[in-house]
Parts: sequence; C-alpha cells; structure tokens
Amino acid sequence: MTYLAKPKLHHPSLTENKACHTRRDYEGRISTLCAGCGHDSISAAIIQACWEMDVEPHRVAKLSGIGCSSKTPDYFLGNSHGFNTVHGRMPSVLTGANLANRELLYLGVSGDGDSASIGIGQFVHVMRRGVNMVYIVENNGVYGLTKGQFSATADQGSTSKKGVVNADSPIDMVSLALQLGATFVARSFSGDKKQLVPLIKAAIAHKGAAFLDVISPCVAFNNHPGSTKSYDYVREHNEAVNRIDVIETKQEIVVDFAEGEVVEVEQHDGSVLRLRKLKVDYDATNRISAMNYVQQHHAKGEVVTGLLYVDNEAGDMHEHINTTETAFNKLTSKQLCPGASVLDKINASLR
Amino acid sequence: MTMTMNKPIEAVNDFVVKFANVNGSGSASANELFAKSILRMGVPVSPRNIFPSNIQGLPTWYEVRVTEAGHLGRRGGVDLMVAMNPQTWVADLKEIEPGGYLFYDNSKPIPASRFRDDIHVIGVPLTEICNAAYTDPRQRQLFKNIVYVGALSVLLDMECAVIEKLIAEQYKSKPKLLDSNVQALHMGREYVQKHLSHPIGLRVQRADKVGNRIFMEGNNAAALGAVYGGATVCAWYPITPSSSCAEAFQSYCMKYRVDAETGKNMYAIVQAEDEIASIGMVVGAGWNGARAFTTTSGPGISLMTEFIGLAYMAEIPVTIINVQRGGPSTGMPTRTQQADILSCAYASHGDTKHVLLFPEDPKECFEHAAAALDLADRLQTPIFVMSDLDIGMNQRLCEPLQWDESRGFDRGKVMTAEELESGKEFGRYLDVDGDGIPYRTYPGTHPSKGSFFTRGTTKNAYAGYSEQGPDYLYNVHRLLKKFDSAKAMVPQPVVKKAKQTTQFAAIYFGSTSPAMAEAIEVLQGEHTHLDTLRLRAFPFPDSVAEFIAEHQTVFIVEQNRDAQIRSLLINEFGIDPAKLVPILHYDGTPITARFIGRAISTAINATNLATPQTYKVATP
Repeated sequence: MTYLAKPKLHHPSLTENKACHTRRDYEGRISTLCAGCGHDSISAAIIQACWEMDVEPHRVAKLSGIGCSSKTPDYFLGNSHGFNTVHGRMPSVLTGANLANRELLYLGVSGDGDSASIGIGQFVHVMRRGVNMVYIVENNGVYGLTKGQFSATADQGSTSKKGVVNADSPIDMVSLALQLGATFVARSFSGDKKQLVPLIKAAIAHKGAAFLDVISPCVAFNNHPGSTKSYDYVREHNEAVNRIDVIETKQEIVVDFAEGEVVEVEQHDGSVLRLRKLKVDYDATNRISAMNYVQQHHAKGEVVTGLLYVDNEAGDMHEHINTTETAFNKLTSKQLCPGASVLDKINASLR
Repeated sequence: MTMTMNKPIEAVNDFVVKFANVNGSGSASANELFAKSILRMGVPVSPRNIFPSNIQGLPTWYEVRVTEAGHLGRRGGVDLMVAMNPQTWVADLKEIEPGGYLFYDNSKPIPASRFRDDIHVIGVPLTEICNAAYTDPRQRQLFKNIVYVGALSVLLDMECAVIEKLIAEQYKSKPKLLDSNVQALHMGREYVQKHLSHPIGLRVQRADKVGNRIFMEGNNAAALGAVYGGATVCAWYPITPSSSCAEAFQSYCMKYRVDAETGKNMYAIVQAEDEIASIGMVVGAGWNGARAFTTTSGPGISLMTEFIGLAYMAEIPVTIINVQRGGPSTGMPTRTQQADILSCAYASHGDTKHVLLFPEDPKECFEHAAAALDLADRLQTPIFVMSDLDIGMNQRLCEPLQWDESRGFDRGKVMTAEELESGKEFGRYLDVDGDGIPYRTYPGTHPSKGSFFTRGTTKNAYAGYSEQGPDYLYNVHRLLKKFDSAKAMVPQPVVKKAKQTTQFAAIYFGSTSPAMAEAIEVLQGEHTHLDTLRLRAFPFPDSVAEFIAEHQTVFIVEQNRDAQIRSLLINEFGIDPAKLVPILHYDGTPITARFIGRAISTAINATNLATPQTYKVATP
C-alpha cells in the first residue's frame, strides 16, 4: 500500500528544528510492515535522530538491499533520495554513491539475511574500506518476507516458529564489524528508544564506517519462546554497557553521575559523545577488549548493547584515497578532460 | 645454413616472424623492441602475444607480421621461427612454411632428426655468448633476448641505429642499463656478421608506410577514452584480459587527474572484492551523478547480470568495458573470442536489451569508451564496450587519437534545482519528450522537490511502487521506445561497396576488421566481389536490415561458435536465416584473412547456398 500518500497534516504547534523542519518533514510513507514490527521503531528512531540533529532531509541518501528491513527507507525521510538495490548488495551501491558525492549523509539500512547471509561479502568490504556512512542492520534472526526461515544470525539451538532447531552457529555482526575495522560499532534494541536514538545520532556524527546492529524482533515469525531474538528474550538478557548523549558542541557537563563514570569522546564535527558507563570495566575506545567483552558475554547468552567501540580519530575512504573535496558529480569537463593538446603529446609518445 | 630441397623464402617487408619463448624469461620487452624497430623503419607491423594463463615457466609466443601493405590481421603461417623454447620445439618447427627459416640457440648440439629438411636452419650460440659475457644468471637469461634481437637485425638487414635509438628512449633514465643493452645487441650482431651469411631471404627495407599512425594497446586506449570521457569512478576486479585497462586508467589519472593546487585526486579507483561489487559501485556512482565504469571479461559479466538488470530497470547510467576472452566458464582466459554478444545484449532475467558498441581497434576503443559514458548518461542505461583480447592486449597500429575541444560531456536529462523550483513537472519515469527517456535528478538537489525512490520493482511514472499492469506496461514499453531511440545515437555501421555490383555481402565487427579487409582484397583478386558492412553497435540501425535486403547472400563473420551476431540479426529483424551464412572462427587465435577468404570462396562455390551451412575453423 506504499503508493498511498501519507496525509500531511501540519499542526501549527509542531516545533521546528534549526534546519526549519518539523518532525513531520522527516517522515515517509505509511509503513506496510506488520503491526508491532521492531523495524518501525527503528524508522521512528531514525526520524527522531535526524530531526534532533537538524539534518536536512534532502541531503541524506538512504540505501537498502532486499527484505523487510530494506523496505523501510520508504517509511522515513520522504524528501531524501532512496535506493532499494539488489539483495545483499547495498554496500557496494552505497560505496559508489559515496564516491560520487561525499557531501551527503549516507544511511544504509539492511537486515540480517541481507547483510549476514547473501551480502556478507559486501558487508565485510564496506567496513574495511571505511566508507563514511551509518550502516544499520535490523536484526531479527529470521527471513520475514519469505515467511520464517532462519537467517545466519539466528543462535545455535534457537527454534523457529514451526519448532525447527537451528543447527548452525550464528554470525555475530558486531564482532565481525569490530574485527573488520569499523570505526564505530554499536548494538541496540528496537524496543529501547532511549538507547537507540542517541546511538544513531552518534553514528551520524561519526566520520567513517559506523555500524549499528539493532535487534529488532519479528512479531510474525520470531517472537516465540525458543527464539533468542524475541522481545522477551532481549529484554531479559540485555546487558547495556553504557548510555550516551550526543552534544552538538562541547558544553559544560552537568554532572548527574559520580565522577569516573562519564567519558567524553569528541567527534570530527566538533560534537561530543558523552558516555555514561554502566559497566565500570568496559572501555569503548579499545577495539580488542571490546571484542573480548562481546564474545565472553555472548557465550553466557547475554546481549551486550551500547556504544561498543568508537575511534574518534578515524578517517574515511575519501581520506584514504586522497580524493578532492569537491563532489565528483560537480566536476566539469574542463577539470576532467585533459584536452586535445595533451592527446597530441600522448600520440607522439606512441610512435 | 643447411642445404635443402626447398627454395628459401624471399620476401621484403612481407613476412611473419614468430618468437617461441618461456614466459617470465624477459623476452617480452626484447620482442617488442624487435617489432617497434621495424615500425620505426617505416614498415607496418602487427604483433600478437599468444600467452598462457601463468606467470613463469610455460610457453608463450610473440608473432610479428611485417607488412608493408598494411595488413594488420593475423596472416597464419610462419616464415621465420625464433625457437627459444625446447618444450614447444616440435610444434614450433611444424608451423614453419616450407622454405622458411628456423633460428635457434645452437650452444648445445641437437640431433639432426629433430630438424626438418625443407627449412633453413640458422644456429647462434646464444647461451655460450651470454655465459662468456655475464656471470649473473639472471643477466645471462635476460640479455640472451637482446642478443637474439641483435642477431636477427643483421639477418633481416634492419637498421642498427634505429634499434639503438629505441633502447636509448627506453632506458633514458637508466644509463647503466642502456649501455649493457646496446652491448648485448652488438654481441648478437657481431656474431652473425662474423660467422653467418647475411641477410637471409627475408629482409626489412626502409619504407614510408607508417605515416603518423600510433602503436597502442586497445586496453590502454579504452582507459584513456574513459579519462577523456570524464569518468571519475572506476570499480573493477582483476580478470584477464581486462586488468590492464583499469591499471592504465590508474596511471593516466595519476598523470592527468590530480588537482595541481591541492594535490587531491579527481578520480577514485576501487579494486573491489568481486565483479558484483564492482558493478554495484558503478551503479551507485552513476545513480549519484558521477561518470563511472568497470572493466571486465566474460566470467565477470556473468556475475554482474543481476545488477545489469537493476540498472536497466531503474535506469541508471553504467559503462562496462568487456574485453572478451574465450568462454564458456573459465574457457580460454588468455585467448580471444567474440563470444559474449548474446550474454551482454540480453543480460539479466526478464525482458532486457542493452546497448553494445563494437570497437575495431585501439582508436575506436578510445572513442567508444568516451562515447559510452555520454550514451550511458543520455540513455540512462548500461552501455557495453565490446572489446576483446586481440585488440585489448596487443599493440595495434592505428590512426592517431583525436579529441574535439568543443565537445562537452552529454550529461543527458538531468533536472536542476532551478527547474524544479520553477515548477517544472518531474516524474522520474515519465516520458515527456516522446523518446522514451525520462528526466532524473541527482540526490540532494532540492529540499522538497525532485526526490524519488529508486528500485528494481515495478513503479508508476512518478517512481511510486506499483503492482498494476498498466503501470508495468507503460514502463516496459517506454524502455523499448528508449532502446529504439538509441539506434540513432550509437555509432553507425560502415558500408563498403565492392567495385562492381554483387549479390554477395559480408557483415563483420570488432577485431575481425583487419583480417576482413585483407580477405576482401584477396577475394577481389580472385574475381569474387563482396559489399561489406561493419557493425559498430547494437541496437542495429534499420540501415543494417536494408543492407541485408539488398543482397542475396550475406556472410556473417564472427569469432564464436554459435553465430551470435547472426542470431541477434535474425531475432531483431526477423530475417530469413537461410540468407545469413555464418563464417565462424573460434579456436582462440585471432581470425585470419586466409581463413575468411577460403571459407567465403568455398561457400560461394558450394552448389546450394540456400541451405545454410556453417563454415568453421578447421581442426588443427
């Protein structure tokens, strides 16, 4: 039903952000997902994060693959260009788009089937390349759109709605991203908006490959006892390591926690991530200890959430390959074409 | 020289020399020096690498056709074999024409039974000469190649100064290497001058037949075309025989695409994880308004087909340079074919049709690569440049490259922020001009107008998701109309009329060109006249159907087994198959004039031309 236009009712009391937009301006078409789907909560969190960050909606490029999660870019940021690519291949399209115009904000939305199964190769390489983007995997451990088959993130021993036991060991996207060199790695839960919105904001502020694994229960096919991606399971086993606030410019901290519990990480754009530690022994700036922590707690059946790793001095792909500041799509023939006299010289060298 | 029954071949500026080497032995640069020296004497040459899919130790050949008449196709047959590889000795000897010459290293005795008595044998103790002159084993090996060039230069009466000048150019910045190379050259020359009768029956004589033509590999030229055509993104995955195209793009960009002020690159090259990612990046960049291309070969095309379908359906500019090799599967990775015609023309599932360009030589590789970037933007669809190994990886003599300074980039139908602001109607998939081509916007153009959702699914003219039959039909019929519009935009076919009216014609394309031209000349000498049409693109303009209609029998000359262009002609025009006689060459070697000439005269002399027969390459 996405061809139905969503009624645009502009309530006069809707507040505008610094980009002169109300929250409404960040919305998209009516979602066609099932009532209660975790993905819709993530869409809402994206809307809120973009609005709070004063992001100009048309300066966002939202890209996805194929699947339930990949349908969602139609349901937020209606004034952004969107691209529903092919199954598992959004990362390469996003990479190419980013090369063409480094000035936009790139938001990649994918699912666990899209990124961990068919598209794991592209997921791996987009992280390695440090593409400046926010990459969200809406992780429900199941193929929803084809009605309930296991995905590669489903835990070993968890059961499907029909009672089949998953025999294969799971791929942990967070561990993978950490190992691959992603410079911002977080995990959250679609049912925890307080945690999720600041994480998306922090990912937007980050320059480099930012990865968010968001556990997002599938109410239709993976929300039963025996599933480790159900609302109940995640609520019971959620081990948040920290809570963050994103502050646009460095301001004086109004301390409401004990000293030693707050860590500040300044980002490239001048914004500051204020991390409130929930686990005293967790250091979100150490990739190796983060990998250890995540693995140890996963072995105990816990779902570690929060900002797991951030490298605030990260560079992105454009820095790595030394590209010009001007967006490629603005370069003119005068800049790009060496011209006839150069060609004469080339001809002369070939005789 | 051994006395033989056969009269030694006598030829001036018209013979074939073949070097049989071991790959990784450093022979390539010496062989190229040999070919280029002849070229510098004003005599056209046409060299071809026949190489294995291997780095070191396997047989490799370099064939040089010396041709004052300018026949740049492969001739077939060898007049002088430089047999430097014991592994292939027997086969190499077999290839020599009766009365031809064998040049070999006679440092170690070879039993008489290993020779032929109808050829002329020239022995030079290359190993002995080098062992005496050098102590380092690598030097002994490398300079052996230059020593044989020196020996050949005396045997063939080549100008020494020309070779010395070329060596000087090559080692401009390395004087030490320059001296030692010149020294090695003279060791070879002196041995022949002292010990052997020279020159032999084959001779190079200074001529004036090269003009201002250039000597270049097609892959290099295509890369340069991409630079001139404004490509900023190149995403690729290494695959023979296309890799050197992406690598050439890199080196040209390092020279011509670095902003002098900032030192920053006005290009990006990504060696992707596979061909799927390569084409994905090109799709992403094209969607976002940058000119982007990939280089690949058959197996890469197979992997790319899903994305090619997306780019067709979602209408995204994409340029693919396909340097064809022998298929199917891994096939013959280092041999040439024109066997991806159908897989590219109809690539991907569902009803798809794609624009193909067929360059005949490096000059057209340059032109077609630049044109493909314009066409991709104009038509908002994938454009294939269908090169092949024969053009791509061999140096070919061709007309100098030209660029019209007044030519800008054709960015096609892109709606600007101003146009959107002024209230111009925007429907991403709306045909407003009647040519089937809609307008697009670049992401980020306007705060509230012109954004759209790109997808491979069916949509209405305003890019809204739709599963409605009429919306689907509007879209696919518009795509067909667009394909029809392409006919007038692509490079048009080249028709050459025979000297007299004839019922026979031939259609050919791509790297077949030089062999075809020579074959037509030969056939004409035998009083067989054919009109010819060289295809330069698909979709075929209507003039191709008209050309076929004007003739009783049309030979379709291709380098694949299944007559793929013929199938395409039959399928697109509904032509009576009996009219189109396939002439097919597909053993992996480039098609020759001899093959085409024989196949066509055999076919014409056959009693019943109405029964279509296939004339194929003979089993060796």
